[in-house]
Amino acid sequence: MTLLTVRGLSVDFLSGVRAVDGLDLELAAGRVLGVVGESGSGKSVTSLAVMGLLPPDARVTGEVRFDGRELNGVGQRTLRGLRGNRIAMIFQDPLSCLNPYYPVGFQVAEAYRAHRRAGRRAAHRVAVRMLERVGIPEPERRARAYPHEFSGGMRQRVMIAMALCLEPDLLIADEPTTALDVTVQAQILDLLRDLRERSGTAIMLITHDMGVVAGLADDVVVMYGGRAVERGTVRDVFYRPRETYTKGLLACVPRVDGPLPVRLPTLRTPVTAAGEASEVTV
Amino acid sequence: MNPPVLEASDLVKRFPVRHGLTRRLVGHVTAVDGVSLCVEPGQTLGVVGESGCGKSTVARLLTRLVEPTSGTIRVAGRELTALDEVALRPVRRDLQMVFQDPFSSLNPRQTVQQILASPYLYQGLKPKEPVEELLERVGLRPEHAARYPHEFSGGQAQRVGIARALAPRPKLVVCDEPVSALDVSVQAQILNLLKDLQEEYGLAYVFIAHDLGVVRQISARVAVMYLGAIVETADRDTLFSHAAHPYTHALLSAVPLPDPDAERSRERITLRGDLPSPLHPPSGCPFRTRCPKAADRCAAERPALQAIATGHEVACHYPEPLSAERTS
Repeated sequence: MTLLTVRGLSVDFLSGVRAVDGLDLELAAGRVLGVVGESGSGKSVTSLAVMGLLPPDARVTGEVRFDGRELNGVGQRTLRGLRGNRIAMIFQDPLSCLNPYYPVGFQVAEAYRAHRRAGRRAAHRVAVRMLERVGIPEPERRARAYPHEFSGGMRQRVMIAMALCLEPDLLIADEPTTALDVTVQAQILDLLRDLRERSGTAIMLITHDMGVVAGLADDVVVMYGGRAVERGTVRDVFYRPRETYTKGLLACVPRVDGPLPVRLPTLRTPVTAAGEASEVTV
Repeated sequence: MNPPVLEASDLVKRFPVRHGLTRRLVGHVTAVDGVSLCVEPGQTLGVVGESGCGKSTVARLLTRLVEPTSGTIRVAGRELTALDEVALRPVRRDLQMVFQDPFSSLNPRQTVQQILASPYLYQGLKPKEPVEELLERVGLRPEHAARYPHEFSGGQAQRVGIARALAPRPKLVVCDEPVSALDVSVQAQILNLLKDLQEEYGLAYVFIAHDLGVVRQISARVAVMYLGAIVETADRDTLFSHAAHPYTHALLSAVPLPDPDAERSRERITLRGDLPSPLHPPSGCPFRTRCPKAADRCAAERPALQAIATGHEVACHYPEPLSAERTS
């Protein structure tokens, strides 16, 4: 069953920039869709457009259908009913997403109470259980701690606990491990894999890291210049890429395994509506 | 064998930790705890580690942007630590640095022309080559000389930063995370450029990064740091195929491979927990709190960096046996 369908999505900013340009996406329930691309490819703007979180100077056209319901153009009230509840989101920088004035357990409980009829104590119990589930040691005690008392990896666990406490159908994860060290990243990726198996939440995983996509995604969309330049199952995209850009993107990642090239291959970029790709042609 | 271009021995840096209104001294944090490095001319030493391991402090110590608490640094045979600012200046001709953020390391109010002329100005040197030629060497065009940093993309700005480091024809360039702010495609170009320049000018690099793939691509030797100390050092191929320290193993196995089948089928050593606070480092081996092999001895006694093969040193009581076949 298709959970999220994006058809002909375009995002234009008042400045004249077209960040997303006629994008189609499909995500089935319980699957993981990896959206990869370099900076400026439109991957983050796409996720914000789905959540209806773009600033007022952005014009969003096209269809965003979530569970059969059109989201583009609906009011904030409807969106608020879905956000957190059925679609949750985690971001790159967990510290800027947590309120420094409140203990983390309170913040998880608050997210829960926003959508469920529950008393403070019941919600607190849910929060503690969620903190435990995402691997925070001594959850009862740590629930009373403030965000600054947590490490980056632990903060991201808190964000994941907050995102998953309402058992959403869709989790949008925008560069969830980019700010983390590689050993902590491995822990968070393990956690996401595990949660997905246990809860069946569909994940839209936005990242620039081909390795992160390879380990977690079922399907992959490669974006460039606001468009999908390649899409397919993760094995198709990694082992049988059709586009020169995808091939280049895979080849130019320096790897810790396999043969070592003397020089890294550089990349030819596809031609887009915007025309130029100055960074890569330097 | 040529004498090393850089020899640092037993570098220690302690930063005071202050608290409250009166900035009362409450203790010291040891950011770098007895690091020794050696770089031969024209070679690249990669220094890899996670955030807080002290790798950037090492970069700043080597260039004396930060004063070491103790230890010695010799660049091209000259002892650096005893020199004052004036005596240090000629040494800086041989010793340049490239920073992580190309924009904050370039003066926004200067044109590229001025930026690239400043090394000569401060050194009191005649320019070794016109700015236009310098720009071409790093893959920029002569007309870029009139532009300001904000007119460049990240990759281009980093090329300007490299050109500035190159201007006084140094023997050694310390690169602190020079490609981690860049997209992969641009990162590949900058790594290739650094390699080309190394060949052309016989440069030596100390290349500091958290990305193991990047370090493998550029380095001849690699040192792995954890909590202020080097835990393993070896030539590149040995380190990536026969790592002996459990931390190096964990690091390597944590890097996601851009290969779905390999990534999903491999055995992973997932470390528990986070980096311990450098304010209260664990007793004995600094890695023991997260080490899958930790034993009683590790808490009691700190392992010294010891050679287990020629050019391969490990600080661990229970290093992996060298004969073990490793599937990377």
